[in-house]
Amino acid sequence: MPDLNPITLWQRLLAAPNDSRGKTLSMAFLVSFVAALAVSSAAVLLGPRLDANREAERRARLEALIAETPGLAEVLPGSGIDSLEVLTVDLRDLSLADAVDPAQVTELTPDDDIAGIGTRPDLQQIFMARDGRDLALVILPVYGQGYQSTIRGYLALGPDLNTVVGLAITDQGETPGLGATIQTPGWLAQWPGTQLMDEAGDIRVAVVRGGGTTEYEVDAITGATRSSNGVQNMIRFWIGPLGFGPALDALRSGDL
Amino acid sequence: MRAALKPLLDPLLRDNPVTVQILGICSALAVTTSMTTALTMSFALTAVLVASNAVISLIRRHIPSQIRLILQITIIAAMVIVADLILQAYAYAISQRLSIFVSLIVTNCIVLGRAEAFAMSNPVGPSILDALGNGAGYSAILMVIAFVRELLGFGTLFGISIFPTVANGGWYQPFGFMLLAPSAFMLLGLLVWALRSWRVEQAEPATTHVDREEALS
Repeated sequence: MPDLNPITLWQRLLAAPNDSRGKTLSMAFLVSFVAALAVSSAAVLLGPRLDANREAERRARLEALIAETPGLAEVLPGSGIDSLEVLTVDLRDLSLADAVDPAQVTELTPDDDIAGIGTRPDLQQIFMARDGRDLALVILPVYGQGYQSTIRGYLALGPDLNTVVGLAITDQGETPGLGATIQTPGWLAQWPGTQLMDEAGDIRVAVVRGGGTTEYEVDAITGATRSSNGVQNMIRFWIGPLGFGPALDALRSGDL
Repeated sequence: MRAALKPLLDPLLRDNPVTVQILGICSALAVTTSMTTALTMSFALTAVLVASNAVISLIRRHIPSQIRLILQITIIAAMVIVADLILQAYAYAISQRLSIFVSLIVTNCIVLGRAEAFAMSNPVGPSILDALGNGAGYSAILMVIAFVRELLGFGTLFGISIFPTVANGGWYQPFGFMLLAPSAFMLLGLLVWALRSWRVEQAEPATTHVDREEALS
């Protein structure tokens, strides 16, 4: 009968020669275990604060998007994002909901999932501003998989719901100096004026190398093809049939 | 008493990790455009260094030599992630400006260097002193370089205007070169040169011999 008393086992482990196989494996396991415990407890304990910080950052970015887009601030009746009308839409049937519920999601098939997000939350917020009765601005939250992180942002559309008036990237963890360029004002400045769809309603918007030649194209970042594609696919998905496409159609026809 | 404090005092000047051992200069170049980021980075590195030195010294008798580097890096990496999370939670704006450089403390040669050279063979107390000393030595160099770069590059210190710049209606034309990485290299070079001229024993013996006549011909 082997001795299973934990205290004597521990003492035997400590007394074992350092280079024995058992001690090497045990030390590797123990150190990784304690390190994992430290990292995960820090992440869990600080989680609420981190989320609050990121939320504040997102809000600040949305405010900056409004402040920087010409003509936008004048359209808004009040000041800042408080004057925006917020619609929480159920993307399955375009009914309105009271609050966002992250538990309600739709599984995406790999073919549909061009943004690489796996599941689509069904309840989404749309921010809108009206000029009198006409739509002046619609802001859509978008996100998708980049090269090594999830890219999140806001896409602001003009009254025709086809012309981009601004793109803001609020979260990304792409390679600094390469993919992270998607967050720089210089690159984002290409977006205003870009058209999303052609007259037939096909999605044409693209991020391509040497782009910017047509009204649908934006120049990609050299050395960061997958981050550039990530932004393109994120926008294509969210304005598409499984994203806000039906909601945008309903807004256009005045049904929403 | 003096002998006991040797690990704390030596790295400040006599055996400074940056100017004598030329370690950890990557981050020293990257975060020194402002005193605020340099100071935050100094605190983060010192905290990680103290924690990792203490833990590694504590278990030093039980670290199998075959996997010692892996264990050291695992411990250091865990400390760095925790430090990064704390910064993001309590100093979000600064952590955004430091971007990846806090996470890159993992690869900072000073941390692994002190673990391997000191903590592996010394008790916990001296290891903590050694970590504090090296952290302070690194911080001192960072602060000196950041002082010059921020003052000449922006005309400010800790974001407070010292030289009113032309853009704000003052007289000082900011020296933009100071905000680029090469300026940090040059300042560091000048600092090392100055220190080694003052304390000649720090200068390394020449490893190559250039024949003056031959070079000129």
